[in-house]
Amino acid sequence: MIDSTELRRQVTVDERLQDAISSTSRPKRPSAASSTMVFATRALLRIRHVPEQMFDVTLFPIIFLLMFTYLFGGAIAGSTADYLQFLLPGILVMTVAQITMYTGIDLNNDIRKGIFDRFRTLPIWLPSALIGALLVDVIRYSMASFIMIGLGLALGFRPEGGLSGVLMAIGMILIFSFSLSWIWTTLGLIVRSEKSLMMLSFLVMMPLTFVSNVFVDPSTLPSWLQGFVEINPISILATAVRGFMHGTATFEQVMWVLIVSLLFVAIFAPLTMYLYRNKK
Amino acid sequence: MDANRTRETNAWAIEAKGLVKVFGKHRAVDGVDLTIQEGTVYGFLGPNGAGKTTTIRMLATLSKPDAGTARIFGYDLATEGDRIRSRISLTGQYASLDEDLTGLENLVMMAGLMGYGRREAKTRAKKLLAAFGLEDAAKRQVKNYSGGMRRRIDIAASLVVTPDLLFLDEPTAGLDPRSRNQVWDIIRTLVATGTTVLLTTQYLEEADQLADRIAVINQGKIIAEGTSSELKASVGTGTLTVQLVNAEDRGRTIELLKRKLGVGIHTGADPTMLTAQVNDPSIVAEALGDIAQERIAISDFSLGRPSLDEVFLTLTGHAAETENV
Repeated sequence: MIDSTELRRQVTVDERLQDAISSTSRPKRPSAASSTMVFATRALLRIRHVPEQMFDVTLFPIIFLLMFTYLFGGAIAGSTADYLQFLLPGILVMTVAQITMYTGIDLNNDIRKGIFDRFRTLPIWLPSALIGALLVDVIRYSMASFIMIGLGLALGFRPEGGLSGVLMAIGMILIFSFSLSWIWTTLGLIVRSEKSLMMLSFLVMMPLTFVSNVFVDPSTLPSWLQGFVEINPISILATAVRGFMHGTATFEQVMWVLIVSLLFVAIFAPLTMYLYRNKK
Repeated sequence: MDANRTRETNAWAIEAKGLVKVFGKHRAVDGVDLTIQEGTVYGFLGPNGAGKTTTIRMLATLSKPDAGTARIFGYDLATEGDRIRSRISLTGQYASLDEDLTGLENLVMMAGLMGYGRREAKTRAKKLLAAFGLEDAAKRQVKNYSGGMRRRIDIAASLVVTPDLLFLDEPTAGLDPRSRNQVWDIIRTLVATGTTVLLTTQYLEEADQLADRIAVINQGKIIAEGTSSELKASVGTGTLTVQLVNAEDRGRTIELLKRKLGVGIHTGADPTMLTAQVNDPSIVAEALGDIAQERIAISDFSLGRPSLDEVFLTLTGHAAETENV
């Protein structure tokens, strides 16, 4: 039996439902900028509700920097303070490059839930779904950069390039990471599960970050390995970032970073969008 | 709710011809033809893996058909996806919202994506939450919602702008009866305001309750189509059920009924229960007379129109619980 209050509740709900459904007018299709903003807002709200996801841009950088400075400092450069001047720009590049993969993981999670399908049935400019999220990731990357540089300064890092050099260096990292993220969104759309994506990204990022000029001067390496280190995008970025931080950046170094970034976007952004639109 | 909801219109919400979708060697959808009139509820009825979801995904522009054509409100599925997307909405089988966000945040997001400005988005979201009885849960994360609330907010998210065509993939799967009734009420209200609904279901009762027309789909093919009464009629006039007092009379009774009715007699787990699909009700009386003459005691009998369950079993041949004698 339904008692009278229950009945009354039912009736009011139905009237309100009727009203809510029938009284709508169709707003104009949102512009690319405004749908991008909505997706960026979503990513920001997710940070608020799931603050654990900020560990990778706060704790990771701190642990990495402390660990590698004190582990290798004495052995490689004779003192940790000397090594820090060389290591910090490189390890900053490595850390931020590694956390770009979370973009792919987030997308992969969306796909396995229905929200991905929902977005795809909306009359919006579809790339905004990814660009909005990537823009917030850029905020995360800058946070990681500032934390790491702050800690570095406390440990004795002294960038000769000054504030402007450091900011330019961060700018380079952000451009590169935004571009690199498109590889992970592509893989996030192809790979079946979060686990396999994690594994795949370690498989790619471990050799790329370690077999580079991040930790050691490559002139001590065998020549065939030097060849790889030279064309490794991580080395290219690390060289430019070092250059800016120590005030020795050249036009050529910057151009290479921009070319590599552009290549990433040119190849993987359209690929991502193709897969996004045509998934299954 | 008015049972006879057919409208004075010849406009088609969906016209599909020969839709095919192949996954590897498996023909998930194997030549589906479909016409759905505007303003009606169309039910897609079938077991798991029948091809219901795959068909819906194709019609909602999520997946390209490997063969066949379809028009949604006259727009070509292959070339006018954007126009179609602006008139449809999809509520999938799984949580189609961001579970880490609150109900309000989710609806504001959806409203923003439909083109509302920030302020209107919030007004619209709040109005919908109230209409769906979710005001109290507005500031809770969706992952903490109950099954019924979850389903309601999923549907609400599809109605931020009332679509002309709503796809609902198993809208009541896993819901308790009360939540299920709420979802049914929502669907009825929606149709009353002019939206066309295509829903998939495994529950025959649901199709019977809601759908103007039903397609029974099995192994990627539509094996029957029509109103619920047409489908029931297509399987025979009705089902005769005879309940015996003594199980040992079963064999004799089966013989008698078989001779008189000329159809197969089904037996179930209960040894005193016999059922048969009858085409001509007038001979049922004679058959019962024969039973009485043989002094076989029966405790109950009934002649009813077949339920959709029986329709489904007859059509698919999945007579899992009954065996033909």
